[in-house]
Amino acid sequence: MSDLDLLPFYLSFKLAAYTTIGLFLLGLPLAYWLVFRPKRYKVLLESLIGLPLVLPPTVLGFYLLSLWSPEAWLGGFLAEYFHVHLLFTFPGLVIASMLYSLPFMLQPLQAGFRAFPETLVEAAYALGKSPWTTFWRVILPNSLPALLSAGMLTFAHTIGEFGVILMVGGSIPGETKVVAISIYDEVEALNYAAANRYAFILLVFSFLVLLTVYSLNYRHQKFLRLL
Amino acid sequence: MIHLQLKKNLSGADGPFTLEVDLAIAKGEFMALYGPSGAGKTSVLRMLAGFMRPDAGLIRVGNETWFQSSKGLYLPPQKRSIGMVFQAYSLFPNMSVYENLAFALPKGASTDSIRELLALIELEGLQDKRPHILSGGQKQRVALARAILRKPDILLLDEPLSALDTKMRGKLQDMLRTVHARYGMSTLLVSHDLLEVQRLASRMCLLEGGSIAYDGAPGDFHLG
Repeated sequence: MSDLDLLPFYLSFKLAAYTTIGLFLLGLPLAYWLVFRPKRYKVLLESLIGLPLVLPPTVLGFYLLSLWSPEAWLGGFLAEYFHVHLLFTFPGLVIASMLYSLPFMLQPLQAGFRAFPETLVEAAYALGKSPWTTFWRVILPNSLPALLSAGMLTFAHTIGEFGVILMVGGSIPGETKVVAISIYDEVEALNYAAANRYAFILLVFSFLVLLTVYSLNYRHQKFLRLL
Repeated sequence: MIHLQLKKNLSGADGPFTLEVDLAIAKGEFMALYGPSGAGKTSVLRMLAGFMRPDAGLIRVGNETWFQSSKGLYLPPQKRSIGMVFQAYSLFPNMSVYENLAFALPKGASTDSIRELLALIELEGLQDKRPHILSGGQKQRVALARAILRKPDILLLDEPLSALDTKMRGKLQDMLRTVHARYGMSTLLVSHDLLEVQRLASRMCLLEGGSIAYDGAPGDFHLG
């Protein structure tokens, strides 16, 4: 074990943490809006958000690569006016991961909000509470299992990300070389023992996450029946 | 005085029908809206509360206009002085009994009324408990206390007792009568239980097929 480089784990966890936090900030208002304020564009937006579920990650990675390269208009614009480079950098990975994991954040949140008893919202409104107060004091505190599922799935999915990262991040040690990339590199170098150790740790981690999410869901369903 | 002039196209079990109601409720009156399910009773209540928008009409409560279709005026529920009790209790599961009541008060308001109401509903001993351990009757007493805490202009009761067993129902009916005698707020009860209506209300309206078929004292009303 002594020769196992832990830096890729640190990077993977850092990336997953940033992605999860970023997606909570983006996903909570978006899920609320999609569930409680349905508009005409809802179907269109949901289809767009769901794309990463069916697209090969390389497709998303390819488009980001094309957009962010210094020769492209967006990449050139960011580099010239803001000195921001997204390609082969950690911030770029965070943005790519957020796009790629968006459905894993949104779907549990939407499911949780959709199952939320409407009369609780109406009870708060009847007491004079604004939608904002109702969201923070009533909807969120009673949706904790959905929040936890969304957070854990997003985190785990980001840890398991490979294709997008390879396309827009490459394999720069300490910057973009996450665990999934390390496994690929070790296999390429015919270093199967190291690949095996990385792979096994990821396998155990992913299993534990899913075990927690599913047992939480079962417990929450029991709790809902008690109400 | 509360004036209701409501028109709304609804779809019932036997197809679409038009709900047309023109009512005046005196201040402090305990009125019941009685009728078969699907007649539009709950819709009247929800339009009064602001959860359903009438197609046309007027809602005036005292000197305030809550809804006026000719002027495009529509107050959201938050701006209406209502207290509402739902059939499904609708207590906030993340808050204790006391916190459920405290949530109803505006920021900075005195909490004396919470203690007074906890005594009235005889649940002082359970004030720190979460709602899920309470019985149905206890939950509905908390919901009733929560609804009247802000001293609303009108108390709306949507089949509040229909999920309770007979014994609990009797106790809750007594409590509703006590509350009405003590606070005297205008009350609108939606119910499909004639006995309950006769025990509680001083006036009842029978809603059938979208319009009011009877309006008078509950004691004078006979089925058929």
